[in-house]
This record gives sequence, C-alpha cells and structure tokens, in this order.
Amino acid sequence: MNWSRFGSSDFLKAIRPFVGLFVVLALFALDNELRSVFFKGSNFKTILTQTVIVAIGAMGMTLVIVSGGIDLCAGSVVALASVVTARLIENNYGFLAVIFTTIIVGAMVGLVNGSIISAFRMMPFIVTLGMMGIARGVSKWLANNQTVNPDVPLQSINQLMDNSQSPLTFFPLPNGVWFMIALAILMTILLRKSVFGRYVFAIGSNEDTARLCGIRVNFNKILIYTIAGAFFGFAGIMQFSRLTQGDPSVAVGLELQIIAAVVIGGASLSGGAGSIPGSVIGAFMMASLANGSSIKDWPNYMQEIIIGIVIILAVGMDKIEPILQRYFSKKNY
Amino acid sequence: MTVNKSSQPSRLRISNVFKRFGSTLALGGVNLEVAPGEVHALIGENGAGKSTLMKILSGAHRPDSGKLELDGKQFAPNTPLSARNDGVAMIYQELNLAPDLSVEENILLGKEPKKLGWLNFRERRNMARSALREICQLDMPMDTPVRLLPIAQQQLVEIARALVGNPRVLIMDEPTSSLTRVDSENLFKVVDRMSQRGVSVIYISHFLEECQRVASRFTVLRDGKSVGSGEMDDVNLNKIINMMVGREVSEIYPRTSRKKGKVVMDISSLAGLLKPKDVSLKLYGGEIFGLFGLVGAGRTETMRVLFGLDRLVKGSVAVFGCDDTYSSPAKRLAKRVGLLSENRKEEGLLLNRSLADNLTLTNFRPVSNFGLVNDSLQIACSEKWINKLEVKASNASQPVSELSGGNQQKIAIARLLHHDAEILLLDEPTRGIDVGSKTQIYRLMNDLANRGKSIVFISSYLPELLGICDRISVMSRGAIVETKPVMEWSESQIIMAALGQTDSEKEAA
Repeated sequence: MNWSRFGSSDFLKAIRPFVGLFVVLALFALDNELRSVFFKGSNFKTILTQTVIVAIGAMGMTLVIVSGGIDLCAGSVVALASVVTARLIENNYGFLAVIFTTIIVGAMVGLVNGSIISAFRMMPFIVTLGMMGIARGVSKWLANNQTVNPDVPLQSINQLMDNSQSPLTFFPLPNGVWFMIALAILMTILLRKSVFGRYVFAIGSNEDTARLCGIRVNFNKILIYTIAGAFFGFAGIMQFSRLTQGDPSVAVGLELQIIAAVVIGGASLSGGAGSIPGSVIGAFMMASLANGSSIKDWPNYMQEIIIGIVIILAVGMDKIEPILQRYFSKKNY
Repeated sequence: MTVNKSSQPSRLRISNVFKRFGSTLALGGVNLEVAPGEVHALIGENGAGKSTLMKILSGAHRPDSGKLELDGKQFAPNTPLSARNDGVAMIYQELNLAPDLSVEENILLGKEPKKLGWLNFRERRNMARSALREICQLDMPMDTPVRLLPIAQQQLVEIARALVGNPRVLIMDEPTSSLTRVDSENLFKVVDRMSQRGVSVIYISHFLEECQRVASRFTVLRDGKSVGSGEMDDVNLNKIINMMVGREVSEIYPRTSRKKGKVVMDISSLAGLLKPKDVSLKLYGGEIFGLFGLVGAGRTETMRVLFGLDRLVKGSVAVFGCDDTYSSPAKRLAKRVGLLSENRKEEGLLLNRSLADNLTLTNFRPVSNFGLVNDSLQIACSEKWINKLEVKASNASQPVSELSGGNQQKIAIARLLHHDAEILLLDEPTRGIDVGSKTQIYRLMNDLANRGKSIVFISSYLPELLGICDRISVMSRGAIVETKPVMEWSESQIIMAALGQTDSEKEAA
C-alpha cells in the first residue's frame, strides 16, 4: 500500500464527501431514537427516494460547475418538465414518449442557455438567472397557472417514485432509484473516462489553455448546458411522479439544493474540480439530514440551519485541511 | 537642464544592490545615483534587471544586500505604500486606474481628504486641481470616467496621482509604449516641468532617442549589473548599445548542419486588430527561425494571430502550400501546427490537472478508444515523454502545479511533441527556467529541426537566438524590420534594428 497517497491533498479531497457522510451517520448512531428508526432498510429506501430528484439534477449541475459555469434555472426547468409530463399524459402518450419528450424539452432550455453564453460571452449566472424566470413563467402559462392532474394516470410514471410497496423492507426499490443509480454510473464514466469529460475539466480548469489546445470551447459549452438541461428535465419527471401531478410552482429554490449537493460533493465553483459520486453522496447526505431531523421531530428551521452549516463546513474544509496537514506532517518528522 | 553635481547631495543613491530569486541572480551589483531634479534614463535589454530594480525601489521586493539612500537617509521600503510615503512614486507600464471612477476620484484615490470619515469634496477638488496644475493639464475634465479618456490622457491622470503625495522621486516605466509621437512629446514636456520643480525622475525606456530627448544622465544595466553611466550629452547611441550587449557568451549552443527544406508556411502582410501591423515571412522545413523584438514589438501578437487565437484583419497565410488564412487553433493543430504560449501559468497549462492530461490534451486519439480515454495507455504514453525530456516528476498523474518552472515548460513542449507538430511556434520557451532545462530545450530544438520540423523561436535573449537559429527576423512597432541569415547578424545590429535605428545608421554609413 502506498501510504504517501493518504497525505496527498487529491486523495483527501476525493474521499471527503464519503467521510462527511460517515460522520453524519456516526453522529446519528449516537442517538437512541435515531439508532432504532433511522438505521432501517425501509428508512434507507425512503431516503434514497428523497435523494432522486436532487441527485439527478446534481449530475447535470456537476458537469456545468466542473466546466466553470453555473445553472440557476434547474428548479424552474424541473417545474416546467413536471407540467410537460402532466400535459403529455393528459394527451395519452405512452411511457417512453413522455420521458423522451420531457427530456428533450429540458435539453432545449439548456441548448438556449449554452448558445447565449457561448455566442455573446455572457456570464452563465446572468443568462441562467434570466432563464430561471422564463422557464418558471412558461410552466405557469402551460399549466394555466394551476396544478395539472391527468384524468387517466399513467401508472408506469407514477410508480417511478412510489416507495409504498412493501413498506417494511429495503427491496424492492422504486424504479426512480434504479434510474438514479444507472445514470450516476453512466455519468461517472462520461466525466472521468471520456475525452469529452477531459475537455470539461480542461475548460473549467483554464479556458484559455483549452482554447490554445484546439478544444472547441463554445461547442463543448453548449453541449454541457444541453446535457445539464436534459438531466433537469428528467428530474422534473421524477418530480411529477412524486406528486403525481404537474405543479408549475414546485421546486422553487431547488437549484440551490442541487448546487449545495455538488459543492458538498467536492466541486469547486471556480471550475476544474468535482465528481459525480461526490455530488450524489452530497444529495444523499442532505436527504439523510432532513430525514434524521424529521425523525427527531426537530422543526423545519433546525434542518435548514444544520444543512447550512454542513455546506459551509464542506467548502471550508479546503481551508482547514492544509492546517491539519501541516500539523500532522510536523508530527511525522 | 544643468545639474551641478558637486554642490548638491544626491537625491537617491543605490549602492551595490544584490537580489536573488531562487537560483537566478536578478541583480548582481547595481549602482545608481540621481540628483534632485535630474531626469535619469535607465537603459537595458529585457531581463537586464530594470524591473527588479524598480520593484525594490517601490517596496515590492527587498534587496538581499546593498544600500539605498534617499536624501542621505537610509531608505528601506517594506511595502509599496511605505515607499510612497517616503516620497518614491511609480508609474507602471500598464496603467493602474479605476476605469469607472472620475478623473478627480482617480487622482486622489486612497488619499481622499476627509473629516470624521466624510469626504471633503471642495478640498478634494482643490487638491486634484493643484496636481493637474503642476503638469499644466487644468483643462482635463474632472468628472469624466477615465475609461472615456484616450490613453495619453489616462497616463497624465496617473502622473497627477503620483504627484499628489509630493514625491521626491518619480519612476516611469516605458511611459510612451502606447503613445503616439505627439502625445509622447507632450509627456516629455511634463517630465521637463517636473524636473524643474525639483522632482527626480527615473525614466525607463527601450527607445534610446527618447532617453536622449528627455534625460540628462543615464545608467545602463546588463545581466543585473550596472555597466556604465554618464552624461547623456557626452555619449553617442552606439556607445550605449555596446554597453547594452557587450557580454561574454557562456552557454554552449548545439548546432549541427542541416538542409533547408521547402516553404512550409508563407505569411504575407499579416495584420491583427492592433498588432501586428504588417508581417511577411516564409518559414522553411528544417529550420529554426528566430524572432527578436523588444517588449511591445508585437511578436507574441503575431503568433497569436497566426495560430487563430486572435482575429486576423488583413493578409494571408498558406500552410504546406495550401491557403489557410482564416483559422482556429483546432484547425491549425489539425494541420500539425503547434503553439507554445509565453504565459506558461496563465495560458499554457492546466495547473491543477495531471501531467498526463496536460500532455495529451491536443491529441487524445492515440490514447483513447471510442471516445473513452484508456488511462494506462495515457500514462504510459506520457511517461515516455517524461523520460525522454528528463522531466523531474514523481509520476504522470501528479498535478502540473507541483513541478518547477523548467519542468512545467518541458511538459508544455512535450504536448507539441506528442501532437507530432510539424511547425512549432515557440514563444519564449526558455523564459524563467533553469540553465539545465534551457540547454535541454536547445538540444531538443536542434534535433527537431534536423528531423525536418520547422520552429519559430521567439526570444528576448540574443545569445540564444544567435546560438541556435538559422535565420533571425527583427520586429519593431508591429512590423518586421529585417530578416537575415544568422551569420549576417551581430548583436549590436539586431539591437539597432529592434530600436528602429537601421535607417539612420545606413545614412550615416
């Protein structure tokens, strides 16, 4: 075993989200009430189901943040996609057609974002802030400003997030969880192993270098935002499934939860760093905290305070770690 | 202006200053003396140590040894602020103005007159006005944001700002590099006026005629040492040029004879937005083509336009016989043309990414299948180059930021080798790296040329250009002045061409 790896900042950074999750679970294990209720297969099924929407959004967001950008319209696109899903079901489309079309709608929003950002060299923050309003407005328009409840429900969509079957065991997991796991594996490979993934890191690490090295920065940025949009669209389908209705005013502020998950997962908002497993763990950690707080019957505001502290700690570790490292390396000598 | 040295003590005296950065000696014994009200020209090639000396004077660096005296008192500034409080003000080549603030606000930035924390507007207006009066610029619009002013006026605002603290010494670094002739003449008048008011000015410029026009005395720096000083009137420019270049050649440059191939790149009257203005050259297979010029001559800009990074406004480029004028880095790389950026850290490398990623960034094809990178193949391929160029690194997955400058540069060059570039545009490949790495890079360039590759070699260091190039072009003010085989150049001829002196010399001859 190469022990020097454990001292390297890269290694510490890569395992940080896992360590964070472990610390949260270990703290929960100290409490008697949580030990008996939280650590149960059926409860983990609930947490995983609650992770799905943020985690799928976080996969798209990771791509954007690693490339040095940001996408603030995630929440609005989720709402838009949930309304689109409802409208499609109303018009008797089948399972695949609903999923495919909704994802395309999300991807189109991303395509517009990416194109504007590249063509006019505008700040992603501003463009997607504008798109946040536009997508929210369009979803309300499409829904006539009220929730859309299809008369004939499409069971396959509704079951994506339904964890009520066999409420006392871990398995069977709802299909949405399996989708999340499959997408996480796919995206991990895409970001870590593909040439496109290296380009994403290169652009986020130093856009000038990427350009110098012949990477088509504009094209790749458009692609990144389009893929991210597709993921937000897919998260919107999950949102529909969770409520079994299209709701144009749902998921307000969801983009911030998604960004928090990505950041807890080790991504840097200045680009060039981040990972899909980290982001998914970040989403899982936030869902665990929420779940644990509600088991303890803590009020909502306590949850908000705790998650806020976790976000600051997760990013603050960047500053704390060098101090710890210096302390430990001094001890070694 | 005549300054009687014997009766007046010197305003600023620098004696025997040394400064070392790591293994490089930036200053190795500098002496400089400036009398009150004297305009003193500081002359030297790029890298002679002028900017290090200025940074010491302005408090950004501290000397390792040596003495600085200001009006007979010990002067040891720790920070730029303390230097200013002691009366040494500096005007940098790149202006340091807040573009959206008004002229008045800029002049008094950081020195705003205030009462109990509230701005005293009337006092501020008066102070700004008196600073502008000193340089005869009372017609300057006080409330206009400085970004709306032309460069020349912005420069005057910067000077007015420097005057607010009643400086005893004013340092000006290449103040005319972005000015027109008329504006430069106005600036000289301002300098004259300041010197009449008793402010000592240290004037740094590449343009010797300017120094002659504005300064009464001069000091020449070469390789971190002051090699000569004297009265401007007593000396002719040739003598100064000789002082600038007269150095012994210590490095050994590899050069083996090789055959010149066909034209691989034909550039005619290339022009960019600002620079270059008019560059024509033919690059042959199997040659090292040197490009010399002083800072601001437009060498880097030429390469950037050529590589498709900046806009090409005029002219045409043919690569391997085919017209390929409008291009992008991707297209150039596809034609096996590679560029090494002069800004290794800002542009050349992905500092937080691995050596392997940096090395293969332009060409993933040999290390990937179906769009997926084969990690072990990528590492093996990178290690081949790391060994070949003797890069000191622990492994290929180490981030580039952990390497030393010379080794980082080798990684940036190895990227071009991995890409198998036929035409290599190398912008200052040896800047800021250790001697050992330099020699390796020279040998590598020689080998590449022997194998028929073409290299454009930009450098500000004449001995290396003369040592390894086959032909050398000299650029000045955005255009190529002259191109000759290396055997027909001497150091002083190159410097004269770069200073724009060729024509007058020819007339004199």
